[in-house]
Amino acid sequence: MKIEIEIDGKSFEVEPGKMIIEVADAAGIVIPRFCYHKKLSVAANCRMCLVDVEKSRKPLPACATPVTPGMVVRTRSKLALDAQKAVMEFLLINHPLDCPICDQGGQCELQDIALGYGSDNSRYDQGKRSVKDKNLGPLIETEMTRCIHCTRCVRFGREIAGISEMGSIGRGEDTEIGTYVEKSLTSELSANIIDLCPVGALTNKPFRYRARAWELTQHSGVSPHDCVGSNLHIHTRRNAVMRVVPKENEGINETWISDRDRFSCEGLSSPERVTSPQLKRHGQWETVDWQTALQTVVEALQDVTEHHSADRIGGIISPNATVEELFLFQKLLRGMGCHNIDHRITQTDFHYQQAMPTYPKLPVSIADIEQQELIVVIGGNTQHEQPLIHHRIRKAWDNGAKVIMINPVDFEFNFTPTQTLLVENRRLPEALTGVTRCLAESQQDTEIAKDLLQSVAVTPAHREVADALLSAKAPLILLGAGAQNHPQAGLMYALAERMAQLSNGNVGLLTAGANAAGAWLVGAVPHRGPTGLNVSKPALDVQRMWESELPAYVLFNVEPEHDCANSAKALKALSQAALVICLTSYKTPAMEQYADIILPIASFAETPGTFINVEGRWQSFQAAVIPKGESRPGWKVLRVLGNLLSLDGFNYVVNTEVTDELRSLATTNTPEQPAGPWRYPSHLPTVSEGVERFCYWPIYRSDSVVRHSQPLQKTPLSETPVVTMSPQLAQRLGLEAGTEVKVSQGGDAVVLQVCISHRMVGDTVGIAAGFLETAGLAESFGTVKIERI
Amino acid sequence: MMTQSKPGLSARAKAEIDEWLKKYPADQRRSAVIPALHIAQDENGGWLTTELMNEVGDYLQIPHVAVYEVATFYSMYELKPVGRHKISVCTNISCMLADSDGIVRCLKDRLGIEFNETTPDGKFTLKEVECLGACVTAPVMLVDKTYHEKLTPEKVDHILSELE
Repeated sequence: MKIEIEIDGKSFEVEPGKMIIEVADAAGIVIPRFCYHKKLSVAANCRMCLVDVEKSRKPLPACATPVTPGMVVRTRSKLALDAQKAVMEFLLINHPLDCPICDQGGQCELQDIALGYGSDNSRYDQGKRSVKDKNLGPLIETEMTRCIHCTRCVRFGREIAGISEMGSIGRGEDTEIGTYVEKSLTSELSANIIDLCPVGALTNKPFRYRARAWELTQHSGVSPHDCVGSNLHIHTRRNAVMRVVPKENEGINETWISDRDRFSCEGLSSPERVTSPQLKRHGQWETVDWQTALQTVVEALQDVTEHHSADRIGGIISPNATVEELFLFQKLLRGMGCHNIDHRITQTDFHYQQAMPTYPKLPVSIADIEQQELIVVIGGNTQHEQPLIHHRIRKAWDNGAKVIMINPVDFEFNFTPTQTLLVENRRLPEALTGVTRCLAESQQDTEIAKDLLQSVAVTPAHREVADALLSAKAPLILLGAGAQNHPQAGLMYALAERMAQLSNGNVGLLTAGANAAGAWLVGAVPHRGPTGLNVSKPALDVQRMWESELPAYVLFNVEPEHDCANSAKALKALSQAALVICLTSYKTPAMEQYADIILPIASFAETPGTFINVEGRWQSFQAAVIPKGESRPGWKVLRVLGNLLSLDGFNYVVNTEVTDELRSLATTNTPEQPAGPWRYPSHLPTVSEGVERFCYWPIYRSDSVVRHSQPLQKTPLSETPVVTMSPQLAQRLGLEAGTEVKVSQGGDAVVLQVCISHRMVGDTVGIAAGFLETAGLAESFGTVKIERI
Repeated sequence: MMTQSKPGLSARAKAEIDEWLKKYPADQRRSAVIPALHIAQDENGGWLTTELMNEVGDYLQIPHVAVYEVATFYSMYELKPVGRHKISVCTNISCMLADSDGIVRCLKDRLGIEFNETTPDGKFTLKEVECLGACVTAPVMLVDKTYHEKLTPEKVDHILSELE
């Protein structure tokens, strides 16, 4: 039942329950506002949106007045304008009007609205109040005297970030927005309050005083840090990325981006960028021109093919590479006769690879996650891995959905999951088997994987998860990084699929990097070519490539010491190789040791390209700036290499020709059906004894751009390399927090400090990857020995 | 993330807060924040430390900042140490018309302190507050938890002399 209302002489048919401001916004009728924001609850405290409503004795706030049948609203009548101007005058009483030195100048809601509704002089002649600034950490600058107390930032914390850190402190004239105790904001979404702030009270700290809004050029982009594919506006000036802000896309990131998406651009100007091609000659690095470098690469690769064979080359590419780069990378290597191609650098088990679909794709859209009835996350710290997917999961929870976490660590989330099934990392498969057994028995469908299911005793926790799965209509099971990187990833994926079958649910992978879907589709895997066609001769996956200690490796935007699982194995393989070619944006100290040729490639915002996100959405973007120094877009470097190697089909002029080729392959090729059904083992693999490592990538160690962003490295969410264990385990080992210990694995050892956390369980210890300090361990998920030094 | 147990809310205080919690729905524990802060303040010599507020927040399972918001909003919570007796004088319209200015002058004279100050012996703290809701018997002041109404300077002298 719709009702009819009139705004400024125009009639609208609207849903009852809507507020006047929503109807006006949809119709393009401008009502000034400060506190109202479509994604936040209604506060109605700024009073700027007062409008004239017929039959009302006084003006009403459009943000908090629901429509009623026959309502007549005037937004520009004398009554409305007088009210709005009066509010404006009050708001400006304490505002410093320091626009010339304010970063918000030129992009300020207060400034814009004051232009329309403010007076050109003030009747207020007394002292203005001033407010002490707050220190909110390395990302957000404050100038609290400018604050007009709209409370958008306060509501954002409560409603979106799920962590209340800002509040209205004091009352009346003494009210201040702040944290009361000095603290840096800890939310991974915190910097969205910069965009929400309608004045210059909260501004972008790294960007402070660097540019004026009107000097900037806006480019569209896509975030390269997770599989969400958040839409960005990249603001540039004189060929430098000055800042990144969200580009609204209701289906993906709504109006938000994570702090990682926003501040990673600070890493683009790092002094560790490589800006020219370099060759190692007699152990010394020399800067050379592109022609020499490319010629050397070609000769070196031809040398490997002649003296060994093409399949003795290992090609490893980042899952953050663009579709174009991934496609050309595999085309180049396959053109030479090498199928050793992989992007699954954080993974350790590939048993499932034949059963994978052409490319992983969530069974529901990102937006639909918030409509789910039950979400089961297996092995995922979603809040840090995919912040904006986690935001949707939290919204689902807020809507009444059940959220169950099956994890090896009791990760801290911004809501309390309905149930958390905590088990040691090595016992995750056992937990899933237990749940599957409950489901199978309830559904009287126990034939599949019978022996495996029988081998596990069911616990009440298993039953609780199973009951939740059975009572939900279509549960969504999500596998996070902890499940995909697990040494039993294949078995866990199979069990998740079986759980879904038995409960009429669906399974989705929250894949690593920005473009794992693209990588699968183009065939950046050793067993399949573009569009999922099987290759004649299955080749080595990334772990086999390290173990085989090949004579030559080609690394594309990969720093194995930071980015790869089983990093010590990788480093060992690289150090024995005769040839290591790195196409990279950054040069690391380890790379100087293992690399022989470095080709500088464009980083984020410097290259055109395409990402396919976790829901299978293709998103193409243009370069916002030209690459730093002599770097060149990766796809162009690969194209030239293809030509120099005299390979067919490398005559692309623009990058869209690459995606066009892929698209046409996708329409003509019909990939064979995945090799399922899964083959289940008859029993679980034997579980090792002793302390085991759980390896994860902290939120701000996820890729090289992020690692080079200094502001992100200074936030409270930034981690240091430590070994985290439960108080019980620490006690058993006789260790205290801060003790330096030797963590060893076979012949490898690293020295780390002990961190004690009640979030750890059993004999699992957390040792993050992404640090040079932890790169010396060969098994990301193996047993470790911990000794006091 | 372990919250260290510091000397703060006693078991008795918690039991008292539990009594208040019974009056509200189980999922509305935040409703008890005002009485809980009173209980915490009374137990700590009349003022609230940040640690105590955090503890109240943890006990009620609400964010710390939500407790700070309440504690900084109401004039009956003290965030700095106060004297043994807190004298809160109303200077709102009814009391002002009934010469609260004279009462304030008298208090400042006798105690030798200004508003928001404490006597050097730590006995009295003087505060100016908004309406105490007893306009009909103005001028009014609140000493600790006792209302004193229809004040005159003589009455004030007497009240002060009675306090330990």
